[in-house]
Amino acid sequence: MCGIVGLFLKDPKLEPQLGAMLTDMLITMTDRGPDSAGIAIYGRPEKGKAKLTVQSSAPEADFATLAEDLGRAIAAKVTGHAKDTHMVLELPEDRLEAARHAMRDLRPKAKVMSAGEGIEIYKEVGLPKDVAARFEVSRMSGTHGIGHTRMATESAVTTMGAHPFSTGADQCLVHNGSLSNHNSVRRVLKQAGMTFETENDTEVAAAFISHKLQEGAKLGEAMEATLTDLDGFFTFVVGTKNGFGVVRDPIACKPAVMAETDQYVAFGSEYRAMVNLPGIESARVWEPEPATVYFWER
Amino acid sequence: MQTFDLAAQGLRALNSTLHGLKGQTNQTSWEIINPKGAHAIAVGLDAPVDVTVRGSTGYYCAGMNKQATVRVKGSAGPGVAENMMSGTVIIDGDASQYAGATGRGGLLVIKGNASSRCGISMKGIDIVVHGNIGHMSAFMAQSGNMVVLGDAGEALGDSLYEARLFVRGSVKSLGADCIEKEMRPEHLALLADLLKRGEADHLAKPEEFKRYGSARKLYTFNIDNASSY
Repeated sequence: MCGIVGLFLKDPKLEPQLGAMLTDMLITMTDRGPDSAGIAIYGRPEKGKAKLTVQSSAPEADFATLAEDLGRAIAAKVTGHAKDTHMVLELPEDRLEAARHAMRDLRPKAKVMSAGEGIEIYKEVGLPKDVAARFEVSRMSGTHGIGHTRMATESAVTTMGAHPFSTGADQCLVHNGSLSNHNSVRRVLKQAGMTFETENDTEVAAAFISHKLQEGAKLGEAMEATLTDLDGFFTFVVGTKNGFGVVRDPIACKPAVMAETDQYVAFGSEYRAMVNLPGIESARVWEPEPATVYFWER
Repeated sequence: MQTFDLAAQGLRALNSTLHGLKGQTNQTSWEIINPKGAHAIAVGLDAPVDVTVRGSTGYYCAGMNKQATVRVKGSAGPGVAENMMSGTVIIDGDASQYAGATGRGGLLVIKGNASSRCGISMKGIDIVVHGNIGHMSAFMAQSGNMVVLGDAGEALGDSLYEARLFVRGSVKSLGADCIEKEMRPEHLALLADLLKRGEADHLAKPEEFKRYGSARKLYTFNIDNASSY
């Protein structure tokens, strides 16, 4: 199984409540995926600034002087906000790649969850309500976000095996389903220079889309290409700096429901996930068509 | 009219209350409020009662229904009226995948669209869809009737047995062994009755439909195909 939720806000008045709305949706999807949970939240980008979200299994030791150490390493001002096992590091946008590289030497055991102007990813093993509480997701604001509750099938129940997967700046992907040709696609992508953290099938889908975008494809084209090159069952929700997209495989046995009002576009594996959203009673609710790409961007 | 608040009273209490209605009962009319997309609402009923759900339902609403009339004043999630035996299920909105799957009898009416695999392996149920149906609908359908006022998706009636399929709009493609068949007077009479019972006689006329059925080449043993079996 697995559960997916997503929310793209059209009405800026709702932005302070994004985290709270996504948390409610995520917890409702607990019985589709009780083993791990994750969330990607996109805040409004600040000009010239970028964020690096890192995770450590020894946060006290790793995070104590991380902002200072990283600042020295990349010769720039870095501020850090620790939340449980994750830390968001804010730094100048033009030093983002340098910071990513520096992290490997400074904290070799820490993992980069996400990097970009707007994105922050938090994910851990555990019940969705506990994961959301640890990272205080309900207090976060933002323009759009994606959440995932995992019932593992293709790889181990670990922090790095949880979704969302981020394989490019401000990009992320969550998946309900399983891919059968991920090993061969991973081989091709490795030859093309993409790097992988796990043996997970979903990470391959994320890297596949990131690679297409690197090659100059538009988001819609990159998502369209999953229909021809990826074999297996999937409902994907993809996040970018400006919005999110949805695509289901042609068989479409993995469920998906969408709702749209003047204030938002919402995605849920089930309608249940969306019942507490404002104005859902009068929303346009529909099931996305198989083999059809949908995306919303601002 | 008995009102049951699902959010306050819970699913198990609802279904056990409805299962307690056997044979003749004075509590023939029920209203379920706050369904909030919950799973397995009004599953396994076996009494001539009328149940109205005020909102949208999740997986398997009205599954295995016998005798009862269940109305959903919203949309239904996957597997609505799955394996229905008798009675009537009416969905005001859309239905998700495999609506009416394996149904053995009764009538399922979907006033919006049904998505993929509608009526898969149906075995005697009648299904009337006012809108469109998705791909692989009526796959291996054995008996019963499916009426679609709108369009049908890919691979309609693949590996069909003896169910009758009536589609008014376009069919994206026919599945293996499914062919268009002649519409005879008895089919027009059957359709007129189904449209009336499916609350669609004001929306379409029997003459506007095409009939599809099995070519009977796949499931009938044929010595020339021996190597394919």
